[in-house]
Amino acid sequence: MSVLYIVLPLALILAAIGVGAFLWAVRKGQYDDLDTPPVRMVFDDDDEVPR
Amino acid sequence: MLRGQAVSEQTTITETPIGGARGSGHGCDHCSLPVPLGLVVEGRREQFCCHGCESAYRVIHGCGLDAYYRLREQAGDASNKPATIDDADRVSAFDTDKFHELYVRRRDDGLLTCDLMLEGVHCAACVWLVEKLPRVVPGVIEARLSLREAIVRVTWDPQQVALSKIARSLGTLGYRPHPARGGTKRTMHLAEQRTLLIRVGVAGAIAGNTMLLALALYAGMFGGIEREFENLFRWISAGLGVVALAWPGRVFFRGAWAAIRTRSPHLDLPIALALAVGGVAGLVNVVLGRGEIYFDSLTVLVFLLLVGRFIQYRQQRRADDAVELLFSLTPTSCRRVRRDDRGSEAIEQVPAEAVAVGDVLEVRAGELIPADGDIVSGRASVIASLITGESRPVAVDVGDAVCAGSQLADATVRLRVSAVGEDSRVGKLMALVQRGVADKPAIVALTDRVAGWFVVVVSSIALAVFAAWSVFDLGAAVDHTVALLIVACPCALGLATPLSLAVAIGRSAKRDILIKSGAVFDRLAKPGRLLLDKTGTLTRGAMRVEQWHGDPSIKPLVAEVERHATHPIARAIVSAFGGEELPADERQAIREVRVNGRGVTAQTRRGELLVGSRQYLAQFGVAVPKAYQSLAEQAAARACTPVFVVEAGRVVALASVGDAVHADAVASLRQLEQWGWSVTMLTGDERLVAEQVAGAVGLKPGAVSAGVTPEQKLTAAQQRGEAGPVVMVGDGVNDAAALAAADVGVAVSGGAEPSLAAADVYLARPGLSGLVELIASARRTRRVIRRNLAVSLAYNALAIGLAAAGLINPLVAAVLMPLSSALVLALAVGGQGLGRPVNQPTQGPAA
Repeated sequence: MSVLYIVLPLALILAAIGVGAFLWAVRKGQYDDLDTPPVRMVFDDDDEVPR
Repeated sequence: MLRGQAVSEQTTITETPIGGARGSGHGCDHCSLPVPLGLVVEGRREQFCCHGCESAYRVIHGCGLDAYYRLREQAGDASNKPATIDDADRVSAFDTDKFHELYVRRRDDGLLTCDLMLEGVHCAACVWLVEKLPRVVPGVIEARLSLREAIVRVTWDPQQVALSKIARSLGTLGYRPHPARGGTKRTMHLAEQRTLLIRVGVAGAIAGNTMLLALALYAGMFGGIEREFENLFRWISAGLGVVALAWPGRVFFRGAWAAIRTRSPHLDLPIALALAVGGVAGLVNVVLGRGEIYFDSLTVLVFLLLVGRFIQYRQQRRADDAVELLFSLTPTSCRRVRRDDRGSEAIEQVPAEAVAVGDVLEVRAGELIPADGDIVSGRASVIASLITGESRPVAVDVGDAVCAGSQLADATVRLRVSAVGEDSRVGKLMALVQRGVADKPAIVALTDRVAGWFVVVVSSIALAVFAAWSVFDLGAAVDHTVALLIVACPCALGLATPLSLAVAIGRSAKRDILIKSGAVFDRLAKPGRLLLDKTGTLTRGAMRVEQWHGDPSIKPLVAEVERHATHPIARAIVSAFGGEELPADERQAIREVRVNGRGVTAQTRRGELLVGSRQYLAQFGVAVPKAYQSLAEQAAARACTPVFVVEAGRVVALASVGDAVHADAVASLRQLEQWGWSVTMLTGDERLVAEQVAGAVGLKPGAVSAGVTPEQKLTAAQQRGEAGPVVMVGDGVNDAAALAAADVGVAVSGGAEPSLAAADVYLARPGLSGLVELIASARRTRRVIRRNLAVSLAYNALAIGLAAAGLINPLVAAVLMPLSSALVLALAVGGQGLGRPVNQPTQGPAA
C-alpha cells in the first residue's frame, strides 16, 4: 500500500499538467470562438465548395 | 443611426433595376438569397449561395420534392431584392490616416491588421470564401472570419495593397464591410470570459480530484482504512481544498466583502460564510487528526456555482455584443469639400471623427447629417425624428441650422460645421444619458434580498444550536454548528438563479429580444408605469401609403414617375406600388419628368400626369372635385398627407400617405394594460398628430404628452411612483437619456445608436409584440426563480433541522447537496418550457 506515496503525488502532478495545458489554451484564445472552427474543419484542402 | 442606414439602402434599391441581385445577379436556387460572385458556377442551371443550401437542394431535388420551391414562390416568400454593392466611394475613407489611427493596428513585423464587420455572412461557405481572400487579393496575408460575430480579421502588407482595395473586393464577393466598432469592449469581455473559464476549469479539476480522495475516505469509513493512509488522504484533500478556496473561490469572498462594505445584501454573503466556516473547520480537524473534513463538498460547491455564473455571463455577453456590433453599421465617413490654393474644389471621403468646426461637408439625399452646421448651399427637407421625435420632414434653406443625426430626405446640400462631438446637440444629449445612468436607482434582486435575510436567520439559528448543545458537550456543539453552517449554504439557489436567467436570456435572444442584464427580469415582473415614444415605437417611423382611392390600374405608372423624386412621400409610393410591373413600352414613353418639393409632373402615354399636394395642383390650376376633397379631409384627420394623382387635367386618384401605427400595437397595449401597466405616450411631435396616433391605438387623450423635450422625457422617467418600476420604450436620440434613467429602458428595432447604448433591452424585431413577450418572459422567469427559492429554502430548512439535531455527517451532506442542486437545476431549465408561449413568431423556411 505504501506505493500510494508515489502514485498519489504522481496523479496530482498529472492533473496539474492537465490544468496547466488548459490554462495555456485559454490564454492563447483557443476557447474564444467556438462557432467557426467546427465549420472550418469540414473544408477540404482542395476547393471543395465550387468557385 | 440605424434607421438612416435602412432608408438609404432603400434608396439604392429603388435606383437599381429589380432583380439585380447582390454580387452576381444569381439568386440561390434553395434559399433565394443572392449568390456571392465567387460562388457562381458558370454554365450550370442551379446556383447556390452556400454549401448547406446546395446539399439541402440536392436532397429535396433528389427526392422529387421540387414542388416545395414552387409553393414557396406562390406564398411570396422568395422576394429578395437586395442592391448590388458598389462601395468604391465609401471605402476610400478606409485609407485615410484618421481611419488607420482608429481601427488599424500595426504588428511588430510591419504588417497591418484590421477587424471588419461583414454584412451577409450566414453559413460555412461564407467562412470558406472570405478566408480565401489572400488568393483573391494579392498582398493580403491572412483573413480569419468569426462566424457568430461576422467579424473578419484581415492582415495585409501595406507595401502591396491598400485597405480600400481589400474592402472593395469583399464588397464584390457580396459582403459589405464596415469597421468593427466597440473593439475595446469586446476585448474586455473576452478577457473577462477567459478569467471565468479558467476559474471554472481549475475549480472543476480540484473538485474531481477531491471527490476521488473522498471516495476512498468514505470507503474507508465503512470498510476500514489504515490510519496512516487516512491521514495522507485528509492532508491532500485539505491542500486541494485550500487551493480551490483561495484561487477560484476567492470571487465569493470578494463579493461578500463588497456586500458588507456597501451594506447591501448579496447571495455571495451566505456562500462565503459557509465556505469560510467549512474551510477553517476542515483545516483544524485535519491538523488535529480528528472529526470531519468538508473539502469534498466545498470544492464541488465552488465548481457548480462558478459553472452557473459562467453560463449566465456567456449568454449576457452574447446579447451585449450583438447590440454593440450593430453600431458598426452606422455610417462612419462623410464627404468633405476642400478648396486648394488655386480655388478648385475637391471632395474627399473622411471618417466622421476627422471633421472639424469650419469644414464644409456635402450631404446627399438619404444620408445622415454627420455634424451640426449651417447650410451654405442647396435646399432640402430634413427628417429629424430621431433627434426631436417630430415625424414630418422640415424644409431647410441656406442659412438654416441642422442637427447631426437628422436625415436628409431629398436633394444635396452643403453645410458649414458649427459643432462636433460633445458640443453638438447629439453630444449634449449623450451627456444627459450619462447623467441618467448615474441617477439610476440600484434595485436589489429578489435572490439577494432573500440572501440578506438568510444570513441573519441562519446565524441566529447557529448561535441557538451552539448554545443548546454546549450545555451537554462543547466539542459536539462546535461540530454541529459547523455542520449546520455548511449545509445551510444556499448552493442550489446560487446555481439555479443564474441558470434560470441564462435560459431566459437565451430564449429571448432566439425571439430577437436582446437583453443586456439579467436584472431586467426582476424589474419587469411587477406592473408599473410604461412610457412609450411615438415615432418609430408605436408607429413604423417611416412614411407609408395608408389608403388608395380611385383607379388602381394607374398605380405602376405613378410609382414609375415618383421614382424620380426622393421625397419620403415619393419613396413611400414607390415602395407601395413599385413592385407591380409596368409594360416596357409605357415606361419608355415617360418623358419630361419635373420634380419639385411638392410634386412631380411627367408626359406619359396617357397624357400629362401630375402627382402632388393640393398646393401643387393649385399651381397648375387643377380643381379638386368635392368627392376627393372630403377624402382628403378624412386623410388629414388620420394624420396622413393626401397626395393627388391628376391625369390630363382631371383628378383620378388619391393616396393618403402617413406614418402608420404598428399592426400589433393595439393588441399589445391591451395585453399590457390587462397585466396592470399604466401606459403613457411621450412624444416630441405636435399635439394633433400625437392625439391621432393615441386614438388609433386606443389610448386615452389623458395618457398623451406631446411636444416633450428630451429633458422632460428624462424627468418623466425619473419620477418614481409608490409602486412598480418605470419602463421607457423608445428609439430616438431624444429618448436615450430617459432610457438610461428608467428602471428598464427598451430600445426598439431601427433605433438610433445612443438609444441602443443606453437601453437594457433591444427589441430587434419591429412592433410591440416583442415587449409583450419580454414582460411575459419576465413573469415566467420570476415564477421559476420563486419556485427555486422555495425548493432550495425547503432543502436548507430540512438540512438545518438535521444538523441542529446532530444527525448530519459529511456523507449525508455530500449526498444531500448535489441532490438538491440537481432538482433545482431541472426546475430552472425545464420549468420555463411549461410556460405558455406568447405569439410564437414563425421562422422563415429553413435555408
